[in-house]
Amino acid sequence: MDGDERVYADRTPGVEQQESTASYLSYTVGLGLAILATIGSFVVSQTSLLWPPGVPVGLVVLAFAQIGVHLVFFLHLGSGPDHTNNILALAFGVLVVFLVIVGSVWIIANLNANMMPMP
Amino acid sequence: MTIATVDAVPVEVVRGRGGGGPAPTRTVVAYGFWIFILSDITMFSGLFAAYAVLSDRTAGGPTGSDLFNLRNVFIETMCLLVSSYTAGLGALSAERRQRERFLVFAAFTFVLGAAFLYIEISEFAGMVGKGAGPSRSAFLSAFFTLVGMHGAHVTSGLLWLVYMVAQVVAKGLRPHVLRRLLCFSLFWHALDIIWVGVITLVYLMGAR
Repeated sequence: MDGDERVYADRTPGVEQQESTASYLSYTVGLGLAILATIGSFVVSQTSLLWPPGVPVGLVVLAFAQIGVHLVFFLHLGSGPDHTNNILALAFGVLVVFLVIVGSVWIIANLNANMMPMP
Repeated sequence: MTIATVDAVPVEVVRGRGGGGPAPTRTVVAYGFWIFILSDITMFSGLFAAYAVLSDRTAGGPTGSDLFNLRNVFIETMCLLVSSYTAGLGALSAERRQRERFLVFAAFTFVLGAAFLYIEISEFAGMVGKGAGPSRSAFLSAFFTLVGMHGAHVTSGLLWLVYMVAQVVAKGLRPHVLRRLLCFSLFWHALDIIWVGVITLVYLMGAR
């Protein structure tokens, strides 16, 4: 990219801005890491490699790791100042998703625990 | 890089916050589409929440571990993952105005996406055939809604891909076609991110 034009630019989400030779490499590294995380999740869920009660936690950790890999290597999201808008939008999305999922599970589990025994 | 200032504000302060005037159309379009993707993911979060709440309400019917075939799910996952990779490489080729290479990568993306969809539809058909359709239990209603919604997104992504290939062939890699391609590749990568949530919550946690 021509330097002076880029000084003020906001980053476009989904666009790799580095030298073009690095881009294929970035996708390939991302694919490799994502495959590793996927195989890891299947292994963790199907074997007793992890302490059984810890398996869901392990799966969630691997899922977050893989989502991070996708965001960085496929969607080219970075932490630099020119990514502020993209990251802020993402952070708001993550907040809403977290509130909806965790809030629902929490509230319904509570209701469920307080139900009268069904006849 | 030269030291530049905008209205005497140092560059570091204004970068990424709209300093230096309006962003290029490409950035505006992709940012708008990024917002759409996040709202789509928010919609999916409702379906994920419904599934998480209802996943053990099987009404005496089959459970996840009775129904799910993890070998198929693994193949599906790999199809979608590699198609995300080829979609990324296709977008990259389009950026570099390599039309033939883009078309090859688009073909790979389409075939892998269609293979994913084929496996998913035959899984659904098999479940309905075994009497485990969406009306059997709350668990299965939530399952078909969540996974089916993802499948519907993949279907629309495939149609969009065909449409994009037609545009590239008919119009060439013009700037507005490239912007649409960028949106398509964002959409396709986002579907893969949602699928990571689906395999983790639905299949891997459900089939243990």
